Amino acid sequence: MKCGVVVFPGSNCDHDVYHVWKHVLHQEAAFLWHQDDSLQGCELIVLPGGFAYGDYLRAGALAALSPVMGAVKRHAEAGGLVLGICNGFQVLLETGLLPGAMRRNENLRFQCLDVHLKTERTDLPFTGRLAQGQVLRLPIAHAEGNYEDSPERLDALEAGGQVVFRYCEPDGRVTPESNPNGAARNIAGIANAAGNVLGLMPHPERASEAVLGNTDGLALFESLVEAGARHLESVGARQ
Amino acid sequence: MTVYPRREILDPQGKAIRDALTRVGFPGVDDVRAGKSFEISLGTGDPQAAESQLREMCEKLLANTVVEDYSVELLGSSVESLGTDGIRP
Amino acid sequence: MTVTVSEPAVNAETARSIGLTGEELERLKKILGRDPNWTELGITSALWSEHCSYKSSKIYLREFPTEGPHVLQGPGENAGVVDVGHGFVAVFKMESHNHPSFIEPYQGSMTGVGGILRDIFTMGARPIACMDALRFGEIDAPRMRFLIDGVVRGIGGYGNCMGIPTVGGETGFHRCYNGNILVNAFALGVARRDRIFHARASGAGNPVLYVGSRTGRDGIHGATMASESFDKESEQKRPTVQVGDPFTEKILLEACLEAMRTGAIVAIQDMGAAGLTSSTFEMAGRGGTGLRLDLDRVPLRQPGLTPYEMMLSESQERMVLVARKGREEEVEKVFRRWGLEVVDIGEITDTGRALLTWHGETAADIPIQPLTEEAPVYHRPVAEPADLAERWKAPEVPQPSDPRQALEELLATPELAGKRWIWQQYDHTVRTNTVQGPGGDAAVVLLKGTPSGLAMTCDVNPVYCYFDPRRGGAQAVAEAVRNLACVGAEPVGLTDCLNFGNPERPEISWQFREAVRGISEACRALSVPVISGNVSFYNETEGASIYPTPAIAMVGVIPSLASLPDPWFRHEGDRIVLLGDDRSEFGGAAYLRLLYDLEQGRPPAVVLDAELRLARLLRSLVAQGLLHTAHDLSEGGFLIALAEACFGRRPMGARVEVSMAGADLFSESQGRALVAVPPAALEQVLEAATTMGVPAREIGETGGADLVLKSGGEVLSAPVARLHEIWSTALPKALGL
Repeated sequence: MKCGVVVFPGSNCDHDVYHVWKHVLHQEAAFLWHQDDSLQGCELIVLPGGFAYGDYLRAGALAALSPVMGAVKRHAEAGGLVLGICNGFQVLLETGLLPGAMRRNENLRFQCLDVHLKTERTDLPFTGRLAQGQVLRLPIAHAEGNYEDSPERLDALEAGGQVVFRYCEPDGRVTPESNPNGAARNIAGIANAAGNVLGLMPHPERASEAVLGNTDGLALFESLVEAGARHLESVGARQ
Repeated sequence: MTVYPRREILDPQGKAIRDALTRVGFPGVDDVRAGKSFEISLGTGDPQAAESQLREMCEKLLANTVVEDYSVELLGSSVESLGTDGIRP
Repeated sequence: MTVTVSEPAVNAETARSIGLTGEELERLKKILGRDPNWTELGITSALWSEHCSYKSSKIYLREFPTEGPHVLQGPGENAGVVDVGHGFVAVFKMESHNHPSFIEPYQGSMTGVGGILRDIFTMGARPIACMDALRFGEIDAPRMRFLIDGVVRGIGGYGNCMGIPTVGGETGFHRCYNGNILVNAFALGVARRDRIFHARASGAGNPVLYVGSRTGRDGIHGATMASESFDKESEQKRPTVQVGDPFTEKILLEACLEAMRTGAIVAIQDMGAAGLTSSTFEMAGRGGTGLRLDLDRVPLRQPGLTPYEMMLSESQERMVLVARKGREEEVEKVFRRWGLEVVDIGEITDTGRALLTWHGETAADIPIQPLTEEAPVYHRPVAEPADLAERWKAPEVPQPSDPRQALEELLATPELAGKRWIWQQYDHTVRTNTVQGPGGDAAVVLLKGTPSGLAMTCDVNPVYCYFDPRRGGAQAVAEAVRNLACVGAEPVGLTDCLNFGNPERPEISWQFREAVRGISEACRALSVPVISGNVSFYNETEGASIYPTPAIAMVGVIPSLASLPDPWFRHEGDRIVLLGDDRSEFGGAAYLRLLYDLEQGRPPAVVLDAELRLARLLRSLVAQGLLHTAHDLSEGGFLIALAEACFGRRPMGARVEVSMAGADLFSESQGRALVAVPPAALEQVLEAATTMGVPAREIGETGGADLVLKSGGEVLSAPVARLHEIWSTALPKALGL
């Protein structure tokens, strides 16, 4: 499956995602410049981490206006796969492809550390290789990861099974202590109702190589490789 | 009170917003400065005392006078609620 | 002939107000053959400032060994370059931004990081790692919490936004920094060996291009501020603080690296201290060319800047480059695509002079090399402190009535406590290269695409340096070599930030001379060349100077990353071996300073021969995959190092027995390290130590929930969880932030 990594001015983790997809998983990958509105035939679109536009005004706000996001929106509306990591998640929220908003971390500081995530949806293209309740250890590195929405909309999110990852203890218990940024209900990653768009704050691409000491993130990308084949088939069948 | 980056100093945020406004269809924008606004309700009824207190707040805490300018405007005695805390940065 | 703007008259007084002495003014007049105008005076004051010309330090810096088998570029360019194998080079340097950070800590440290990063990518190397050496005063000193918070936010603010991991550093607290904090920023980049760029102009007729942010009045005379001490009037100097824009610099970084690949760039330099002046003059000076600049074409952030202001502005995120005539469009296209402004502001000439025009008239006409290559060189008077013998008297060392309590008290000091509160605010995993991040003896990053890794570390002990700058300088180098050896890295070069007080005071110049001597001796004995560096003088407030703080940052290559040890215990049942000689040495020791407020005595001996043998042994053991843990001893001596080794991701205790007793558990003898090895490898490790001439003794084994130490007939026992709690919460508690 061909993966397109969007590059906004200020994106930093574009190279990291490209590296994992192309050099670790040996899949086709391309960089998508923010000014272009072509997705170059990519089936999986990744909005990487970083500081698009310096996070000025609001994180993701200026990036959401880029020409490429028009094409990404159409791709998502047609059922195409979109993954937003960290800053990418913030862009998805600003674009409206995912509900809710991100606020500053509760302690008002940038935090870089490992967290544990509990997997709550395993039937998505992003999580096919994970087991229900599986705990992943992944790095976070952000100053605005405090996910927020109105209680009614959060209830709807939960009811719709759209919470995919939640901050937890190493043994899987969801506790306030395991929440690194104050995010509502320990929410670390969510999907849209259709399940083809996922946003998460932690960085799976930073935990995809043994030499770096942690490969828990690789399963997410491997799930996508598998799903890519299935997705192509189903799209082909519909046409 | 409003707090803005000093005129002579670079405002990276303002610059980025201005460029974005240009791209989104507002090419006539010359300059944007991005700052903060605070609404503070004080217990006192004395406008002079209030203004002097607010200025001191700016000097001591709300503005970093090395890089920021501030201005204070009294909105009058009102019992409007401002939210759970009196300050909305 | 010269421009008439309302500018000050040029005389000895106005010259002094911008940092030029009467003699320097006369020297300039001789070079020009006439009186200078205000712009020419400003240009000269910037180029001849301490920061740009190293006039007080040059005669001593010549002593550094700067060559080695791997060195491609030593001091003299924007950064040093060393070969690291597999067709790659590492480009690195450290720079200080002390004075601006004391005034405005967030912007000061932001722009410090921004500046050092530009020094790296202007050479054509992509920055892949940062470190920071920070020295703060006592936490309760006025403004100190504000300064600490601002500096940490600023370093994070810039590095994180640029997407470059901050993987290590060093943070110290001492009252001598109460009025002068130190912020030294290090950056390392990687490039292909044949793709390095230099800042050496050439080719008459080649256009000079300006790229990046517009020019404002930022930091005018920042270079001179760095060359002056603080006093009550420093507060009025506030407007000179520059504001950093890491977003623009990230764009600039990507655009520069891409533009360099066009092959149409002849020379490139970033605009740092003294902005347009130092960058254009230095490029032309190195290349022996002249230059013509049309100042009307310089992009301005606000109208009405005079030539003086344009030439001295320190607005950030700007580069100047020389393009090949006829191919400038190729270069400009790249910058525009990235949304950056690029303007042709002049050309290289063969006159050897700088001709600056403005509003149709000559704003300055000045020869270049006499300013850049023939700046004044000073032989400041040097005087050993009269009370040196007094200072070196061995201190009376109180024995701890309760070693466990002494241990806990030391672990609870900001100086020795865990620094996670600081480095957790830095992104240390971006770029997927970080094998070992902050918290260990040395940071390790991948050299991507190869089996090798690069290791880096920062070290210096200012208290040692105060009592004996020569020994302290050597110790800093030795400790850095030791730190690198703990991760199996062979040093390839070092960079430095030499932070001192006012060199016009004879004792300070003595400190400087001695420190440089000590560093040089250690570098020669340990085969580590000095490839770049920075001098920061005038770190003094109201006449009180900081302790001499020659910060060393050293880089090494790890040939293979298989079986890298951790700096802490990782397996229960490993055998613990103590390498090196134990002696009673307390000169400037943390035990005396932090528990008894006593600073006294000559620092511990630095036996370079023993350090060399220890480093070779450690590297060999790591390469053979025999070590699970390697951690060297430094401040606080053996017991502190042992406790630290218990604080891994999964804290783990140990049961050990040593012949040291009482206060000796905290003696700071050099040349020592702790290793933990699987039992099957113990024999081999001990034999290797004997063969390589390193004293070694097995002292116990890892495991359990407690740290249990038998020493001098007594048993010290403490739960690791408790020690870890004290050590990891001490700093945030003290800061209350």
